[in-house]
Amino acid sequence: MEAIAYQGVTKKFNNSEVNSVDHVSATIAEGEFITILGSSGCGKTTLLKMTNRLYEPTEGKIILFGEDISTVDPIVVRRRMGYVIQQVGLFPHMTIEDNIAAIPKLSKWDKERINNRVTELLELIDLDPATYRKRYPSQLSGGQQQRVGLARALVTDPKIMLMDEPFGAIDAITRLNLQNELKKIHDEMKKTFLLVTHDINEAFKLGDRVMIMNAGRLLQFDTPRNIVQNPADEFVDTLIRSARDQEEFWEAVKI
Amino acid sequence: MWQKMCEYIADNYMKILLQVRDHLVISLLALAAAVIIGVPIGYLASKSAKGEKYLTVPFQMLRVVPSLAILVLLIPVMGTGIKPAMTALTVLAIPPILLNTVVGFREVPAFMVESASGIGMTDREVLKKVRIPMALPMILAGIRTGLVEIIASATLAAKIGAGGLGEIIFTGLGLNRPDLLLIGGILVALLSLGSGFLFDHIVGRALPYKNLKE
Repeated sequence: MEAIAYQGVTKKFNNSEVNSVDHVSATIAEGEFITILGSSGCGKTTLLKMTNRLYEPTEGKIILFGEDISTVDPIVVRRRMGYVIQQVGLFPHMTIEDNIAAIPKLSKWDKERINNRVTELLELIDLDPATYRKRYPSQLSGGQQQRVGLARALVTDPKIMLMDEPFGAIDAITRLNLQNELKKIHDEMKKTFLLVTHDINEAFKLGDRVMIMNAGRLLQFDTPRNIVQNPADEFVDTLIRSARDQEEFWEAVKI
Repeated sequence: MWQKMCEYIADNYMKILLQVRDHLVISLLALAAAVIIGVPIGYLASKSAKGEKYLTVPFQMLRVVPSLAILVLLIPVMGTGIKPAMTALTVLAIPPILLNTVVGFREVPAFMVESASGIGMTDREVLKKVRIPMALPMILAGIRTGLVEIIASATLAAKIGAGGLGEIIFTGLGLNRPDLLLIGGILVALLSLGSGFLFDHIVGRALPYKNLKE
């Protein structure tokens, strides 16, 4: 089943001359881990935000599980999806527990169900529930905060997870750990993951398939192997070569 | 002097307690009015730069006028007593409350609102669960400033017959009795400082996340 279908999706902002997202068409199968790679301003975040109706496309359609999202209440669309951003956005005045339970509480789940779900998620993200559930976000490290951000997004067991540079503000070592854990979570849950990043290593490491975007256009959408073997154009080629150069640098300093 | 003060207090403690009560009642009523006016206007003003300009400037200008002048100006309109006193004190406390409300709402980061909307909160829920709670510490700081200013200035209310601790001070001035001036002055100072501390204590209890050890 197709989880997401982009059909000629275009976004032009009022204050802009050009299309920020320019006729993007792609289909994503359920359970795929898709990464969207591009430099800042390439339209990758805009594409992601159109997927949960934070932005509305100027042209084109987005179909989720066969349903055109422009016909569905944005709040309903968003509650069906998880959403994680770089700045995490945990609510500083709420405990970790209340942050994770924010939407369940608004949806009036009963107490026991909320409690069990919070415990389950804290265990999933490797934070001891007894220690952490009553803490506040400011008492956690950046990496721990982003884990909680992930838990909050997973709380309603959404079929689709949208992540906008979730590890962008996290140090290199913690980032590697979080990437591995995210991959593990994906393998266990078989949800459809969409992760936006400007880090080519992250994109190729995590993505079953990678969308490469530049200036609003989708240049190539394929598995990492196929992209490396057959870069679609000059831009993709340069991108891969830059990653290779970096690798050579590390090889060079090793000797 | 000390002895004279003690004697006065011993002879008049009932009267003093009543004056303290009047002082607090006037102050708290004026504060409540200032909150009821200042917070909603502040919220509206925070919504746009234009709104901020047109809504905050008039109150800023009022702030420049001394409370005593407002009191005197109000007498022809409202007469004497508690009504003009309350009005003057309310006008005094609105600017800090209003301005802090504007800043409080403005300082809620855009990404915070985005992440709240992104996980599926309606605009109302975002306001109730995220924006108001996050603006609250700043708003409360404004209310605290207003409270302390009101309690200190409520002394003037006695000048137009609204009661309170100002009575002791104005009596002291009239009779040239430094002991009364001291009693009145110290009590007002204690009331003002004490209410500030009490306010901080209550806020600290209500917002536990504000004083955490990292």
